[in-house]
Amino acid sequence: MDLIEVLSFAFRSAVGPLAITFALAAIGLNIHYGYTGLLNIGQVAFVMVGAYGLAITVDVFGGSHLVGALVGLGLAVLLAVLLAVPTLRLRADYLAITTISVGEVLRLATRSSQAAPLTRGADGIAGLGGPFYALNPIPPGDYGFWIFQLGSERRVWLILVGWALIALMCLLVWALMRSPWGRVLRAIREDEEAARSLGKNVFSYKMQALVLGGAIGGLAGVYYAIQAAGVAPDTFDPRITFYAYVILILGGPGRVLGPVLGALIFYALFQGADVVLRQASAQGWLPLVDWFGSQAIGATRLALVGLVLMLLMIFRPQGILGDRREMSLGA
Amino acid sequence: MSGEHPAVRRGRPAPLLVTGVVALLLALVAPVLLAVPAWAEGDEALTGTLQVDGDPVEGVRVEVTDADGETVAEETSDADGQLEIALPGPGTYDATLDVDTLPDDVVLRDPDRATISPDVSPGATRPLAFPLADADAEEEVASAIPWSRLAQGTVNGVKLGLLIGMASIGLSLVFGTTRLINFAHGEMVTFGAVVAWMLHMTGFELPLIAATLLAIIAGGALGAGMEKGLWHPLRSRRFGIIQMLVVSIGLSFLLRYLIQLVYGTQRQTYADFAISTTVSLGPFRTTTRDLLIMAISILVLTGVGLMLTRTRIGKAMRAVADNRDLAESSGIDVGRVILIVWVLGGALAALGGVFVGASEEVTWIMGFRLLLLMFAGVILGGIGTAFGALVGSMVVGLGVEISAVWLGGQLKYVWALAVLILVLLVRPQGILGVRERVG
Repeated sequence: MDLIEVLSFAFRSAVGPLAITFALAAIGLNIHYGYTGLLNIGQVAFVMVGAYGLAITVDVFGGSHLVGALVGLGLAVLLAVLLAVPTLRLRADYLAITTISVGEVLRLATRSSQAAPLTRGADGIAGLGGPFYALNPIPPGDYGFWIFQLGSERRVWLILVGWALIALMCLLVWALMRSPWGRVLRAIREDEEAARSLGKNVFSYKMQALVLGGAIGGLAGVYYAIQAAGVAPDTFDPRITFYAYVILILGGPGRVLGPVLGALIFYALFQGADVVLRQASAQGWLPLVDWFGSQAIGATRLALVGLVLMLLMIFRPQGILGDRREMSLGA
Repeated sequence: MSGEHPAVRRGRPAPLLVTGVVALLLALVAPVLLAVPAWAEGDEALTGTLQVDGDPVEGVRVEVTDADGETVAEETSDADGQLEIALPGPGTYDATLDVDTLPDDVVLRDPDRATISPDVSPGATRPLAFPLADADAEEEVASAIPWSRLAQGTVNGVKLGLLIGMASIGLSLVFGTTRLINFAHGEMVTFGAVVAWMLHMTGFELPLIAATLLAIIAGGALGAGMEKGLWHPLRSRRFGIIQMLVVSIGLSFLLRYLIQLVYGTQRQTYADFAISTTVSLGPFRTTTRDLLIMAISILVLTGVGLMLTRTRIGKAMRAVADNRDLAESSGIDVGRVILIVWVLGGALAALGGVFVGASEEVTWIMGFRLLLLMFAGVILGGIGTAFGALVGSMVVGLGVEISAVWLGGQLKYVWALAVLILVLLVRPQGILGVRERVG
């Protein structure tokens, strides 16, 4: 009985809107890290400009959601170009340092009072998503059977659109990566000098990869803003990038379906860990809350994710679907 | 998505390793755990202190209205400038300061901020901050250059630069000798600050100096533990740079949230340093506490500089950073040098953490915030060079604090990022760096 409810909850999480957001962000990251070997650890920045592009267009300039989504994607592309110019000619770790800083600085700038006329500061922007639900063709009701419960018609619509976007992006990545363009990206990942000596403009290819993956990150942000019906700066903290990495490396970097599989498993396990830890704490055989206070469950769960990322990277950097020989980067 | 869920009676035990880690941490911090803040429902309140340059402002009226515009509370600041306004319940309120009740020589720093709208959650006490200023000083702001705040920014900037410099020597030396950018370095800073806080403020109640010394030792041990337990084995298995970077990101999250687990999300200061006298040197005003911090930082940094240039081990460090293979073939024990670099870096990071905690506050995220400034400083100065890290850190520290005079405190990190990107565009090897390292 209990197990069924837990399974049902895990299913709800694994296919739900947050898992979809992270799957999209990880698909973008897969183009950076999995296929091109670019160490972007500020994927949250792309997600954030996507979400805020939509939110500001709608809230401040009174544009439609469609225009807002395009603005969000456009801003993600712009951010990618701005990041690419100073860093991509340098060693891999310069991109890492710059991207992690950009992610955090964007968050701080967005929540500052100087930016409040555009971003409404730390409170964020609410009231998004109305026109999206107005398009919903699904009749009202609760959907699902047995342990596979999806929820109301609004949630089903959100999930359907989300998985359609994931399918579309996977198709795009699959088509691009089997083209000559994708082969150049993988060649750059394997041996940049070799690619250069064959006359390929490595800088330009890297920039294109950063832009494409960033735009998919921006799409994740647009979707996130709609599913949360708003944006607030402090939700875009470094954890988002970190989850995207765990998802990608769990599923298999450099594989079309790696991020999708990773997101399904990660979200089910992540939410499952929450249930297990809470129970363990309440039942008294690991009374984390009594020992450490109310933040204990969340903190333990995140520390565990950090440990998982380390262990995965050390013992199985190719994840579930990948090929180890491909993922020994920078050796 | 993580609300209340049904019971899992068939749940498996947590992995052995995790239980071990938790048990170890528990043994270390058992005395702390009793002091969990109480959570009282229905005690919503707003509190604040009205003051100008440390002097309380009495008799100022603040009116609180709820979402419907109804006045729910009204309070006048007492002789200490204190305001305590009890609220009828959670919700969003507008707190308005009655400007007419301010003394003649006192004005709001930002005239548009006479009303603030705190969002009060159940049981919460929210701070009310009305930044006030001396009316005469305000005239100075109106003139082109605010000299006194600039002087203050310079003092703060020197202090911040010294702290960044001290904390980032380890980051830079580790990169120089092993080519690893350690994203967990920020957590080594937090670790030092939190260890000192626990020894000083809970259970043991050691004086801050003793607690700091123990925190430095713990920081060195943490550095040695990371090198012996993680990085050395990974290097001998020929892990690539990118793989090691991702491992260090995982490690930084592991440490960051272990610290949050044990220490919590509170903001705390050290009791020994809570009271401090103001010292004036011409236009520069500082406190005895900050002077002490700066003096010790300069001493420590001079000591490190002398060690790097004059001692055998210091020269060996620079040799390994310069050309590892050449150093190894000329008889230097590279493994030992790297271990010492980690111990030194961990100890300096811990000391830097205590100082940041003493001059600001101790939080679980403080090291990550500082890490971004350290990156900017290290890259500006030239990555892999110990002196470059110091030069770059001073520039970043001064820039951050002086820019805050015009931009305000919220945007000071933006400046650091701008520096970072500009340096990468113009001179990626940094001020003191060598070109061949960056390509």
